[in-house]
Amino acid sequence: MKPNHTLPVAVLLVMAALALLTPALAPDPHSQDLMASLRAPDAMHWLGTDHLGRDNLARLGEGLRTSLGLALASALLAVALGSALGLLAAARGGWTDRLLSALADGVAAIPGLLWVLLIAALAPGEKWALYSGLVLTAWVEFFRLLRSHTRSALLGQPVQASRLLGFGFGYILRWHVLRPIAGVLARLWAYAVAHAVLAIAALGFVSVGVRPPQAELGLMMTEALPYYHEAPWLLATPVVALVLVIGALQTIVGRAADDTPAGVVA
Amino acid sequence: MLGRRVFRLLLQVVFVLLTVGTLCFAMAELLPGDAAYRIAAGRYGYDLVNTEIAEAVRAELGLDRPALLRWAEWLGQVAQGNMGQSMVLGDPVLHLVAYQLGQTVWLSLVAWLMALTLGISLGLWTAMHPEGWARQAVDGLNTVLRASPSFLLGVVLTTLLAVELGWFPVAGHEDAEHVFLPALTLALALCPGFTQVVRDAARRVLGSDAFEFAQVKGLPVRAALWRHALPQILLATLAYAGVQLVLLIEGMVVVETLFAWPGIGHALVHAVIARDIPMIQGTALTMALLFVLLSRAIDLLLHALDPRLVDAQAAPASATP
Repeated sequence: MKPNHTLPVAVLLVMAALALLTPALAPDPHSQDLMASLRAPDAMHWLGTDHLGRDNLARLGEGLRTSLGLALASALLAVALGSALGLLAAARGGWTDRLLSALADGVAAIPGLLWVLLIAALAPGEKWALYSGLVLTAWVEFFRLLRSHTRSALLGQPVQASRLLGFGFGYILRWHVLRPIAGVLARLWAYAVAHAVLAIAALGFVSVGVRPPQAELGLMMTEALPYYHEAPWLLATPVVALVLVIGALQTIVGRAADDTPAGVVA
Repeated sequence: MLGRRVFRLLLQVVFVLLTVGTLCFAMAELLPGDAAYRIAAGRYGYDLVNTEIAEAVRAELGLDRPALLRWAEWLGQVAQGNMGQSMVLGDPVLHLVAYQLGQTVWLSLVAWLMALTLGISLGLWTAMHPEGWARQAVDGLNTVLRASPSFLLGVVLTTLLAVELGWFPVAGHEDAEHVFLPALTLALALCPGFTQVVRDAARRVLGSDAFEFAQVKGLPVRAALWRHALPQILLATLAYAGVQLVLLIEGMVVVETLFAWPGIGHALVHAVIARDIPMIQGTALTMALLFVLLSRAIDLLLHALDPRLVDAQAAPASATP
């Protein structure tokens, strides 16, 4: 049963388009108009306005930009860092390997959200704190995957044959180490992005993450919650956007997420 | 084998103490203003503080010594279990955390039992009836649950069951009925993983020769399930509990905050908002240590219950010279 990827990719593209096009199509997400608060969707404001009269579509766009931008960037950096360190540990072995593995064990000893909370407490409201907290929790998985895979790959017969034929380290790295796990890496990356989007929204929801004037999906939910009776669309938009993004990413990841231990000591 | 495990556990505990202690020390150092003035104001009141008193405090507490020395002293205090007092409430951190830990453990136990019941029944049912609407309904439910973060589940459950239908109290923690909504929220977040693991294990067992033989020799299906399938399924569930632990602890932070449940996660979030550093340190340390100890405990229990794991680890070691 091969999963069909057309629908989730289409959903992600629509969300990305929404995030990137709203600055051009919708008004400023921060401009308030208190006379026009909690408006129902109409021709002027396609998704209505919030309790301060800000355009909800523009807020949604900014929220998606914030969440997706942070999540994509932190997951990319985590892949780069984790893979590089994993390769280093496997190639060098010895004390390098032992130290890096101990470091990964240590980082994994503190649950991800706790790391992000602690670092966010160090510099409240700063984006870099959120960003580095997310990277710190995500790199361990890539490190472990690359380390164990590279170790067995380097000892295997294909690599020995390549060496005998005179191929260099770059060739072996590209064809024997990275090529076979490129698919798994991509899926793990999508998983890391989904996890980061969720973490950012959860932090925004408990008012520890991104700071108020800026829109963010979790924060938008907190702001819309008191008005769910008068303006249900206000709460519905960030909820639907978040569930669609996470659902699409998880469908792409597929079942791989189930057997990948998420930051847990094996 | 055991020695290496204990060593790894110790390493992790030391790492947790060092990191959380250092981060909290850095927080205290980075707070705006002069610590000597702040402490003097706390002791004698804002009106009575002058340079002389601040300098006296600085000399008495040794705040003018290099940061490295004070950092070592801070870590020494942490290692001795001296957590100080909450800056907001004024009570000793240890007392507060002890109370909150009880609340958190109670909530997570109820949530875990709910998730276990849900997961095992849904997983077993769908494994035994792989075709049909029930399987599709469970799959659909799990996809939706997987894509919804726990705070969202909490909001939906509160508005539906508590506000609109009025079946349960929205918030509070005095009576037993108050635990239902937060526990259900956590349980629903854990449910998809449990269902998946139980279903996979059940299908493996039900398709195995051992299970077929149990039926061939005349055991009724119920007895075969009970005696031959259930132990293996429970073992797989236990192995998955380690992964669930992260979800549970992360969900705890969010769900406790949402329902104002007086547990560790709630306290941590509020300490972060109020920059109450001793409380941040106490709660973060407790959560991290709890996580490390529980993961190790699950690991050890798994090895004690399942001799196949020990054999699998011993085999390659003895096979290679």
